[in-house]
Amino acid sequence: MPSINSIGQPIDRVDGRLKVTGKATYTADHPIPDVAYAVLVTSKIAKGTIASIDTRAAERVPGVLAVLTHKNQIKLAKDPSQVDAGSPADRALQVLQDNRVRYGNQPIGVVVANTFEAARDAAGLVKVQYTPEQARVRLEDGLADAYVPKKMGGGGDSAQSRRGEPEAAYRNAAIRQEETYRTPFQTHSPMEPHATIAAWNSPTELTLYDTSQGIFGDRKRVAALLGLDPEKVRVVSLFIGGGFGSKGPTWSHTVLCAMAARHVKRPVKLVMQRPQMFGPVGSRTETRQTISIGAGQDGAIASLRHETISHTSTFDEFTETASLPSRMLYAVPNNTTLQKLVRSDIGTPSYTRAPGEAPGTFALEVAMDELAYKVGMDPLELRLKNYANRDPDKNLPWSAKSLRECYAEGAKRFGWSGRPRQVRAKREGNTLIGWGMATALYPARRSPAAARARMMADGTVLVEAGTQDLGGGTYTIMTQVAAETVGVPVSMVKFRLGDTRYPETPVSGGSQTAATAGTAVYEAARALRQKLSDLAATGSPDGVSLASPVDFLYDGNELFAVGGGKRVRVRDLIARTGKPFVEGTSKTEANADAKAFSCYSFGAQFAEVRVDADLGTMQVSRMVGAFAAGKILNAKTARSQFIGGLVWGVSFALLEKNMYDERLGRIVNNNLAEYHVPTNADIGDIDVLWIDEDDKHVSPIGAKGIGEIGITGSVAAIANAVYHATGKRVRELPITLDKLL
Amino acid sequence: MRPFVYKKVTTVEGAVNSIRGDARFLGGGTNLVDLMKTGTEQPSELVDISRVPLMNIEEQRNGGLRIGATVRNSALANHPVVRQRYPVLAQALLSGASPQIRNMATVGGNLLQRTRCYYFYDPSYVECNKRTPGSGCAALQGQNRMHVILGGSESCIATHPSDMAVAMMALDAVVRVQSASGEHAIPLMKFYRLPGTTPHIETELKRDEMIVGIDLPPVVGRHSHYLKVRDRNSYAFALVSVAAVMDVEAGNKIREARIALGGVAPRPWRIPEAEKALAGQTADEAAFKNAADILLKDAKGQRHNGFKVELARRSIVRALTIASTPRGGQ
Repeated sequence: MPSINSIGQPIDRVDGRLKVTGKATYTADHPIPDVAYAVLVTSKIAKGTIASIDTRAAERVPGVLAVLTHKNQIKLAKDPSQVDAGSPADRALQVLQDNRVRYGNQPIGVVVANTFEAARDAAGLVKVQYTPEQARVRLEDGLADAYVPKKMGGGGDSAQSRRGEPEAAYRNAAIRQEETYRTPFQTHSPMEPHATIAAWNSPTELTLYDTSQGIFGDRKRVAALLGLDPEKVRVVSLFIGGGFGSKGPTWSHTVLCAMAARHVKRPVKLVMQRPQMFGPVGSRTETRQTISIGAGQDGAIASLRHETISHTSTFDEFTETASLPSRMLYAVPNNTTLQKLVRSDIGTPSYTRAPGEAPGTFALEVAMDELAYKVGMDPLELRLKNYANRDPDKNLPWSAKSLRECYAEGAKRFGWSGRPRQVRAKREGNTLIGWGMATALYPARRSPAAARARMMADGTVLVEAGTQDLGGGTYTIMTQVAAETVGVPVSMVKFRLGDTRYPETPVSGGSQTAATAGTAVYEAARALRQKLSDLAATGSPDGVSLASPVDFLYDGNELFAVGGGKRVRVRDLIARTGKPFVEGTSKTEANADAKAFSCYSFGAQFAEVRVDADLGTMQVSRMVGAFAAGKILNAKTARSQFIGGLVWGVSFALLEKNMYDERLGRIVNNNLAEYHVPTNADIGDIDVLWIDEDDKHVSPIGAKGIGEIGITGSVAAIANAVYHATGKRVRELPITLDKLL
Repeated sequence: MRPFVYKKVTTVEGAVNSIRGDARFLGGGTNLVDLMKTGTEQPSELVDISRVPLMNIEEQRNGGLRIGATVRNSALANHPVVRQRYPVLAQALLSGASPQIRNMATVGGNLLQRTRCYYFYDPSYVECNKRTPGSGCAALQGQNRMHVILGGSESCIATHPSDMAVAMMALDAVVRVQSASGEHAIPLMKFYRLPGTTPHIETELKRDEMIVGIDLPPVVGRHSHYLKVRDRNSYAFALVSVAAVMDVEAGNKIREARIALGGVAPRPWRIPEAEKALAGQTADEAAFKNAADILLKDAKGQRHNGFKVELARRSIVRALTIASTPRGGQ
């Protein structure tokens, strides 16, 4: 029997052809008959009240069907400013319930028209008079009222931690270092803007096409607000053009689109305009992180303290958990961390690729670099000196940790041993060359999920799970998991996702999809294979029975079940049931091993920068990322995921920043010309490699998750390389050329 | 975006006879259409001149070049004569925008590109003297990293964003203009106005006049370089750019030089005294620093861009250094 091992193979994306031929139906692409177009009106102040809103000119535009504002007093079944404590992705929404303006770009109106052009024209004619108040968007201005949140985000982690005697250990340490690091506000800016199409099938039944990373959470939130039975709300999200966390929560525009469709009694499509995406759909908050380290002359860290202050909005709470890596990354006996929040007049910050870990590893891993110079050690050697063989925070063994191998293999690939210890040691003409490294990490999570797998009479395996594909390759890896588990070629599996008609799986966030949906698909596929085996073993009317479990053999024309040297056509096997297919289903629980093991992916990041000595212009010429993240399900899509993470590392370190006009509280660079993300010219050679793991403590398929780890550590590796090149320590991101002049 | 009338013309006469009221000429639309989407520009009529036959690039008897107004940026950048004789222009063009935008953008439109000042671009900011005369300038106290260090006023501190125009300025380009009453020429040096108290008036071009082309005189020297310093390695506007054109004789003596700066002023910035100071000097760092000092004599940073003064100084020295080396700019 030839093996059908497809897991791990670098197969092409199963949806690749659809995407490059433009046939993949992204949310706004769904052809809906009789659809009307909605355009949001957003606030032009950051704080205050709407004194008056005049919609008459807008309503006179030919083709306009409705102009909705708070004056319409559209009532909802539930207060949208309240969030369900059990749903950490829920956000307090602004859906025309009052005349308050709480942040710049807040939705304050919706114009619906027969054409997009008419709706946009009319949206510009809505006249709003505000009574503005002074907005506060600077972290400094809120420090006096900074508070410690009761708990943080999805994991429900405490905002404070403590072990040992960190203050005393710091006082007694031979080497003491305390520095503050700052990361700026960022906006996710996925290529595909947020979009919704709402179609009411009846007054109690709604179909939502939505750019959602979590269709079941979306369904629940929308159903609750609109007073619908969740079973009567169908959410569809077949393809997503990047989410990065910004499409995890249900935001105001989705609910507004459904409200508008109900009002005009027609399907309504709402696509956010790029400038409108700066505020109402989340951001990565600015952080101010203070890290103090007490260490011995040998580099052994005795005390590590990490305090993070970040923003939340005035009406909702989100914590950027940047202090978390400092609890567990190194074997530090005395440790304390603290998270504080400042309430600012901004849209609620939200999950952004590697929330917490991305800014947190910038601060911690730059602090480690600074310490390496202080104690005169190679930065990699310092990491090994403080290597944690157990999780010192949870006091648990690691589920699997191949970080040592990541350091070694990454260093070898990069050529780290040839690094001069001194700063400003390598120069070519006007160009200063520096190398830096840092550690990467990200939690390996697995949540409850479900799936079903059906074998059809022609041997096709149809697998369905209500997960999402943000562009990373979920369609492809789930196809591979199903194919290998059932035992058929990849080409015979059709995997479907992104529809609440499929079995419920959780939000695609926290890098949990591969392990979570993967486990559900694996179990459903196993159940299917077992059912087919049982069927084959019971014997047929003509007396053939196969040894269990069966394998499958495709002869190019017909699929056969094979066992014990005998074979039977699958078509005949299924015919015995009297049904068109045989089905296996699964309902999997959260990872039970997470109680006994600390589950993380790890990695080592290396970067080379070339800095113009006079002008401060910079190129990250080379990066190597080495990762240990469980079983890699597809070598091709995984490589792309890692590379994408490293590219964001460049973006985070050098480019991205929401520029606020602090007087007005508004983001001025609200477009992709002025909000900088990298171009090809900003990216040098990127090389990624991984250490094979098979982490059964995270998932039965051995997979962890790789969506976010690439951005962690890469930011610090670049910042550390800049220091090595120039001798200038930049602790405030992004590292723009003016900071190096 | 407001509804508007769209009219296509195929002759210069048709174009200049069509323009009336608040109608605007449409070239590649890479800037004007953006501004119409934001509501910064609200013309009631667009006269599309992109098919007017002004697409030629012709060598002149005097060794100069005549460039039609509707020549696309990418076509000009890749023209063999431009590449060979005016490499500084090719460099400047290729450092601007993206290939897609350069394939659409016209030469005439590029000269008339509007500023990228955040407050000009978004009409929901009340203050902008350039958009609404007399309303004030939000950038003075707001975000002004990208703004001027030279030539600004209390009314406006917006920069001119073009790269092409900076090279054109160093090349002594002459703008050819036509109206219903005939054609005339305006040296680029006199084409742009400083904001003063009327930042909404940016050029000497009258409402009913159309740019039909640009003439380049023979180049003054074979040594040249366009240096663009920006916050991202592609698709970003210049913090500082320098177009340097020089004639360096045997013995490393500068016979003649032209320097124009971008990203620092309301127009491509050129100070003839700096060029005079270079003439006859040895091409070395001292001479370049001296020229930089003259160019930046009145430079003054805003709240967020004080670094641009020093950055401009270093950029001028770097551009002149590269230009003056034997293979400078090639």
